[in-house]
Amino acid sequence: MVRRSAESAPRRSTRFREGLLAYGFLAPVLVLFAAFAYYPLSRLVYLSLYQRNANAFLGGSDRWLGPGNIIDVLSGPELRSGVWVSARFTLLTVPLGVILGLLLAVAADRRLAGIRIFQTIFSSTVASSVAVASVVFLTLLQPETGLWRDVSWLSLNRPGSALLAVSLSAVWQNAGLTFVVVLAALQAIPDEVREASMLDGFGVARRFFRVTVPLISPALLFLAIVLVVHALQAYAQFEILRPTDTAQPLLYKIADPDGVLPLSTRAALSLGLFVLTLVVSFTQFTLLDKRVHYGD
Amino acid sequence: MATEHAAATRRRLRNAGSYVLLTVLSAVILFPVYTTIVRAVSEPIPYLKSLQAGGGGLWPVGWDGGVFGRVFRTGDLTHALLLSAIVSVVIVVGQVLTSIFAAYAFACLEFPLKRTMFALVVGTLLLPIEVTLVANIETVRDLGWFNSIQGLSAPFLAWAFGVFLMRQAFLGIPGEMQDAALLDGFSHRRFLFRIAVPICRPIIGSCVLISFLGAWNQYLWPRYAADQQEYQTIQVALRTLATREVTELNFAFAAAIVAAIPLVVLLVAFQRQIIRGLTAGAVKG
Repeated sequence: MVRRSAESAPRRSTRFREGLLAYGFLAPVLVLFAAFAYYPLSRLVYLSLYQRNANAFLGGSDRWLGPGNIIDVLSGPELRSGVWVSARFTLLTVPLGVILGLLLAVAADRRLAGIRIFQTIFSSTVASSVAVASVVFLTLLQPETGLWRDVSWLSLNRPGSALLAVSLSAVWQNAGLTFVVVLAALQAIPDEVREASMLDGFGVARRFFRVTVPLISPALLFLAIVLVVHALQAYAQFEILRPTDTAQPLLYKIADPDGVLPLSTRAALSLGLFVLTLVVSFTQFTLLDKRVHYGD
Repeated sequence: MATEHAAATRRRLRNAGSYVLLTVLSAVILFPVYTTIVRAVSEPIPYLKSLQAGGGGLWPVGWDGGVFGRVFRTGDLTHALLLSAIVSVVIVVGQVLTSIFAAYAFACLEFPLKRTMFALVVGTLLLPIEVTLVANIETVRDLGWFNSIQGLSAPFLAWAFGVFLMRQAFLGIPGEMQDAALLDGFSHRRFLFRIAVPICRPIIGSCVLISFLGAWNQYLWPRYAADQQEYQTIQVALRTLATREVTELNFAFAAAIVAAIPLVVLLVAFQRQIIRGLTAGAVKG
């Protein structure tokens, strides 16, 4: 391209102009990310160090709480219960989501007349937002009027079942995405591989677990990671379905729709969520690094 | 002859089995949609009475097809849909334009600190709106953008994933093509818009669709970046409707169906492109 080894004066000036142009092109993205991604991170630290003065416009100022506040919040009950709920929500939605995606995709990966119609139906929940899915599930889960109001293990009001009930709506909402991802992976398996495994006389179950699953395992891993991120960032389900308050995840406490926590606590909890995001991302990079190639 | 016949019978049986399985799974996926339609068109009080009397609730009670019209008039749904459309278009245009420029710089230009800049872009994946929500709300208030279209869209105008995908696409353009164009006296800007963007149209198309899906469906940010009803996007309006009395929940159910319709239309029309985008990096909906 434009890279040359000779360092003549005009060459240098084109390089300078190219650098200028590059930063011109990058400027919008850099400014926006600085304002709405990096600056907020430092602002979270600031917000968690001070107690907001409720009467700021009467001339009061913020009161210094110090790093002790961050430590208190990150070792306190709000964080612990929020992370615990988020973790259980993840453990409920991710395996169920992957299994449902596999089931739908294996069923729809056939050459049959009209298969397109079924594929469209299976992928249809891609069109539903979390808010839509939550309202849709009110028809089933709403404690007084839902169709499943008498199914005690799906009750939103009981601590033992509320999270499972919310999880069902999330699994349904994710079904379209999981189906689409697994189907794409299945369809990428070369026909020769399928034929060879059939000629080897493998039974259906053996073929599925010994040949198909290993071949699509990178896609399944990718899917699992996406679902973990979705679970950590789940919010609307909890606000719309309103499960009992022992089933509130970390993000619910950060957003604090009922206005029960001070800003400094919510900012510190946000830092907790940031650390959690880092841990998940780090794990995903290491996993993907190891497993992303076929047949190693 | 006989074995051939037996094989054909077996195949037909297997196909019949497949159809049964596919139909059962479709019913499972569509069941919640069905119950939502039933609740939307039922007259609420007779429906609830029939539930109390031990009815199954699986069929509409009474018929109130007019709920879809009323939800537009009394539920301010028209306004919410319009706001969602405006905010989504602003976000899509912003994300796609800023991504194209940044991606071109990373793919086709040489400049100092390139790797650092790229790391800064990728690093924003660790700072999703869920993490920065509390601080960004403060920023938006400081800017005087609380309850405004700028406030609803500004944090989303740059998109690391879009930069990523488009950089990948631009890297696929042969270097000789760029050399030839530049020798012909094309400026980078002209090369970008006359050649690079048209070549990468399929990927840009996928980006537009995925970006729209995300913008239309987002909930957390619009929920907290505004508190006036005028600035409620359709998703936030759904929640407001869902917190009404149980005798008025039919509005929420009708609105949920209305809110999903634009995306169902998009999904059917652009199935291939959307699936390509989703499988490339599965973003949140």
